[in-house]
Amino acid sequence: MSRMVIMQGNEACALAALKAGCRFYAGYPITPSSEVAETMARELPKVGGTFIQMEDEISSAAAIIGASLSGVKSMTATSGPGFSLMQEGIGYGVMTETPCVFVNVMRGGPSTGMPTKPAQGDIMQLRWGTHGDHQIIALYPSTVEEVYKYTIKAFNYAEKYRTPVFLVMDETLGHMRESFFLTDEEENPEIIQRIKDTEFSDDELFHPFDLGEDRTVAPLVGMGKTRFHVSGLVHDETGFPAGQAEVAEKMIKHLDSKIRMYSEEISIYEEYMLSDAEIVVVAFGTTARSALRAVKMARSDKIPVGLFKPVTIWPAPVSRIKKLFRSANAFIIPEMNMGQYAQELSKLNKTNKHIEMLNKINGELITPEEILDSITKVWIQLTEI
Amino acid sequence: MSSTKYFNYLRKNTLPTVWCPGCGNGIITKAFLEAAGNLGLDKNKVAVVSGIGCSSRVTGYLDFNTMHTLHGRAVAFATGVKLARPDLKVVAMGGDGDMLAIGGNHFIHACRRNMDITIILFNNSIYGMTGGQYSPTTPNKSIASTAPYGNMEYQFDPVQLATTAGATYVARSTVYHFLQTVKYIQTALSHKGMSVVEIISNCHTYFGRYNKMSKPSDMQEFFKTNSVQLAKAKEMSKEELTGKIVVGEFVNEEKPGYLESYQNLQGTFEVDRECRGGEQ
Ligand SMILES: Cc1ncc(C[n+]2csc(CCOP(=O)(O)OP(=O)(O)O)c2C)c(N)n1
Ligand code: SF4
Ligand SMILES: [Mg+2]
Repeated sequence: MSRMVIMQGNEACALAALKAGCRFYAGYPITPSSEVAETMARELPKVGGTFIQMEDEISSAAAIIGASLSGVKSMTATSGPGFSLMQEGIGYGVMTETPCVFVNVMRGGPSTGMPTKPAQGDIMQLRWGTHGDHQIIALYPSTVEEVYKYTIKAFNYAEKYRTPVFLVMDETLGHMRESFFLTDEEENPEIIQRIKDTEFSDDELFHPFDLGEDRTVAPLVGMGKTRFHVSGLVHDETGFPAGQAEVAEKMIKHLDSKIRMYSEEISIYEEYMLSDAEIVVVAFGTTARSALRAVKMARSDKIPVGLFKPVTIWPAPVSRIKKLFRSANAFIIPEMNMGQYAQELSKLNKTNKHIEMLNKINGELITPEEILDSITKVWIQLTEI
Repeated sequence: MSSTKYFNYLRKNTLPTVWCPGCGNGIITKAFLEAAGNLGLDKNKVAVVSGIGCSSRVTGYLDFNTMHTLHGRAVAFATGVKLARPDLKVVAMGGDGDMLAIGGNHFIHACRRNMDITIILFNNSIYGMTGGQYSPTTPNKSIASTAPYGNMEYQFDPVQLATTAGATYVARSTVYHFLQTVKYIQTALSHKGMSVVEIISNCHTYFGRYNKMSKPSDMQEFFKTNSVQLAKAKEMSKEELTGKIVVGEFVNEEKPGYLESYQNLQGTFEVDRECRGGEQ
């Protein structure tokens, strides 16, 4: 039986993390993400988990990676300035293939920017914030219910692909209170657990980077029954540093391919009225809510427009977008930034379809009316030709 | 024989080490292995975490759970390991640059929380790995590659720093005082709460060469002649102690740490054991 609940985005994120088996949280307070930490501080000791407020975001990232490597699922949450400080740790998580979840509730930037205002300015930082070649998974929900659902997904992806995963919100979503029906499925979600029952012979050293059968990477085992070595240096399957060119190439390619190969499976998106759409609005997060409304209004004016809402923003939904570039005639990409995702998607625009960017960077949401204006303008242009 | 006891904890297949012949890092490694051997530590139940630097490469040679992490962050990683897995003995190791410059903040806050970990500070008063730049423990006027005219800064006293910040076991030794070093590491490993052992070490390759002590033996000689045991130091004046290395156990007390308080809190809730994330 499903039950009605009401919660805030940040709270939903914390409660879902607990549901997913997260038992360690380390963080540093920052608006607009602090409610994630506050909820974890309240709830973790009740389930035998541990919370700590660290001295900064650098140590928060380090602590959650340490906890995860030792055998306990972990998470941290932050916003722009803190997310910048976490980049070094994120790279270490990527390199050591450590499952963990980083929540970034976006606020206006750069620098201290607009702490209490929504923005989507970290889209490219999410993708390339840490140095070096790597793939990353970032999920960006647009309702509180989705925050709950996709936080659990983020933990599962982290375990399955053995990588840090980003759960992204914007200030509005993090602070929005919304009611929804928690379905049976959401209450009893499928959860990828850590392996606990493997037996190791006394002198066996666990090789943390052996490839799995599916060419991802074998699941991580906790410390205690065995032991292992990890390093941020280029390493082979054993975890020990190996600087030879072949080893380096194999390792870096593996970090790339283990996610690239499964990008279809990782890719989550929603579509609304796309089958006959000549215009496609691509939007995520809170902006997707305005976009949905705008599309509905335009449809009542008989404009053939639809919405494509990527939830998995990284890796980008390449094959689906490519198809849309073939079928539709124009694209509208509203973002609370200067066009970061639009630029990324335009690389896939091989047939030179019209891309209309709709950008707002003043700390205010993009309204349905603004998107509708864009749709109408583009439709007039299309029908004039 | 004690040699077989410590040999058991060494990863022979990763040898030889990356260190220069005669580097103090080898002596500290051996002292740690002897302490581990004397305590009969269970290899799977220990996690050793290091940062980045010559000294931090030590984790490659120790047969425990080992994490070679980021420059300065070993203590923060170790904090996560210990809080998530209280059943493990957790040790953080690193150099003076690692622990006191880039990682200084993590160092003092772990002491303040009386976090249940052992810090082994390899203090060679220089950035060895990057080629001899001055560090927070390079003495005033000493030469370093980035202080070619003499260091204009003043050095940290890691013992005082750890003490003031709240560590509950604090000791200092040098690589010349091998047995004393083993003893302090052993006590630190058995201590509940934050333990810090500073070991003054030689980077003859850089610090020594820049400061007229280019042979390992020159530096050992320096440690020998300039060290004063704590009991004796207490009777000496401030002037007499200038330039001296005071070795000894400075703090050894009991105080509940974050982990203990947190476990007490957890105990007030009825917890289904199955809820626990990790293997306990
Ligand atoms: C963030 C970051 N900054 C700088 C470096 C370069 N770096 C590597 S080791 C090191 C200093 C090492 O000195 P210390 O910690 O005293 O260790 P030692 O080599 O002397 O044992 C520095 C600056 C780095 N690896 N990471
Ligand atoms: S450079 Fe200095 S610290 Fe590094 S291994 Fe050589 S002697 Fe030791
Ligand atoms: Mg040093």
